[in-house]
Amino acid sequence: MMLIECPWCGPRNETEYGYGGQAHVAYPEDPSTLNDNEWAKFLFYRTNPKGLFAERWVHSAGCRRWFNAVRDTVTYEFKAVYKPGEPQPITTTNAPAQGGTK
Amino acid sequence: MADILPEHPDFLWRNPEPKSSYDAVIVGGGGHGLATAYYLAKNHGMTNIAVLERGWLAGGNMARNTTIIRSNYLWDESAGMYEKSLKLWEQLPEELEYDFLFSQRGVMNLAHTLGDVRESMRRVGANQLNGVDAEWISPEQVKELCPIINIEDNIRYPVMGATYQPRAGIAKHDHVAWAFARKCDEMGVDIIQNCEVTGFIKDGNRVTGVKTNRGTINAGKVALCGAGHSSVLAEQAGFDLPIQSHPLQALVSELHEPVHPTVVMSNHVHVYVSQAHKGELVMGAGIDTYNGYGQRGAFHVIEEQMAAAVELFPIFGRAHVLRTWGGIVDTTMDASPIVSKTSIDQLYVNCGWGTGGFKGTPGAGFTFAHTIANDEPHELNAAFNIERFETGHLIDEHGAAAVAH
Ligand SMILES: Cc1cc2nc3c(=O)[nH]c(=O)nc-3n(C[C@H](O)[C@H](O)[C@H](O)COP(=O)(O)OP(=O)(O)OC[C@H]3O[C@@H](n4cnc5c(N)ncnc54)[C@H](O)[C@@H]3O)c2cc1C
Ligand SMILES: [Zn+2]
Repeated sequence: MMLIECPWCGPRNETEYGYGGQAHVAYPEDPSTLNDNEWAKFLFYRTNPKGLFAERWVHSAGCRRWFNAVRDTVTYEFKAVYKPGEPQPITTTNAPAQGGTK
Repeated sequence: MADILPEHPDFLWRNPEPKSSYDAVIVGGGGHGLATAYYLAKNHGMTNIAVLERGWLAGGNMARNTTIIRSNYLWDESAGMYEKSLKLWEQLPEELEYDFLFSQRGVMNLAHTLGDVRESMRRVGANQLNGVDAEWISPEQVKELCPIINIEDNIRYPVMGATYQPRAGIAKHDHVAWAFARKCDEMGVDIIQNCEVTGFIKDGNRVTGVKTNRGTINAGKVALCGAGHSSVLAEQAGFDLPIQSHPLQALVSELHEPVHPTVVMSNHVHVYVSQAHKGELVMGAGIDTYNGYGQRGAFHVIEEQMAAAVELFPIFGRAHVLRTWGGIVDTTMDASPIVSKTSIDQLYVNCGWGTGGFKGTPGAGFTFAHTIANDEPHELNAAFNIERFETGHLIDEHGAAAVAH
């Protein structure tokens, strides 16, 4: 069981949280211009790094708010948590998701 | 009495030094890599090949899974693939000359809600149309097949029936790997352990070899069977995979006299249980939710599956958890595998089997070997290509296939 720091509530048990996968995947700015490949990338492709990963969590059994975290996917150690809209405080090796850029 | 296990075997394969060049190199010495090598050698005459394994043989998911084998999947594509695999399982002990305790003791997928019942009956119908043995059984029939199960209505989610596949079952996973490895070795395949692939050599858009911690190895063809590490390999090779890696845990109890004669899976209360030949109760459930390469997960996941198990099997209240462990499973968004060519010439990928690829070991090896040897998919894996995420021809086995193990 991990102790996860909610940026609003502080450290709480992992069981209070839900997982949201890769962070910073923006909805396409102009969806009608995307081709099938770009839609596939937006819908089905997420980076899957072995190492630092910027990802989303939601404090479901607490304040019910979403936030972002940088976590090591090998040790599971949280390196940083930050509120939506705040810049990613630690750079990760994985490139940001494709498809959301257009 | 519990079954007597076979003697611990002598060395079953050589441990050769890697050659500088092979006709094909397979990355990953789990069940799928070994089965692929076996069928490449046996069905396609490709014996100048090597299986490269970064750790020890079957040290990944192959010897960490809960060994459930079944083919009662919903969709035609899946039924084709998994039923072929089951038919291969049925002939493998003899073909590999190795009794790896393949036991067709049947698998039940329990239904606990009206939604479950409807979905289960639909799946039984689909299975029967696809020639997969499947039937719908009542709670009383469930109890007859597995007397220790609680079918009373005094629990939160009473058993309302089950789908039953009599030909399904379990096998001893490490012995399966050794059986394949021995036969591969006999046919001249080099099985090279402690050999980690760290990069790929390319000539234009064609792969021509791999870089490893034991030097460069040239290869006419390269086939990826890296399971949980598939994304890492794909990134090194220069293409994308729609895969997320997750921890998946399982556990065993101490040894008990035989009490559980079949395999029981429940999607709704989420646990599945069988009893190994030695006597341990073997249990598992779902993935830990987050991405992870750590081969371990959290205890609350174990706790939840134990709660479900004790509700279904009250006598388990007296059993103890002896050991828990985790593997790294490669999941796709449609819960179906990828057995495919890639955008890079002569580079092939078999992955995405997620939580349920042990049963697919022979089927994956058989179809993947065909794909590699002919540079064209076999008809059984043609639909399991990477392009389906772009074309929309997904094979959505989420939920449809009961618990995805
Ligand atoms: C707890 C658990 C329970 C499961 N239960 C079931 C079940 O009941 N039924 C079922 O059908 N399936 C089950 N599965 C799924 C099944 O185990 C997998 O789908 C299947 O084993 C994957 O294929 P594999 O055997 O080739 O994988 P693995 O054994 O993981 O093989 C992949 C190999 O690639 C190697 N590798 C990775 N990177 C490199 C590199 N760079 N260079 C060289 N080698 C590399 C790894 O070391 C590893 O040995 C379960 C899995 C787990 C973890
Ligand atoms: Zn909170």
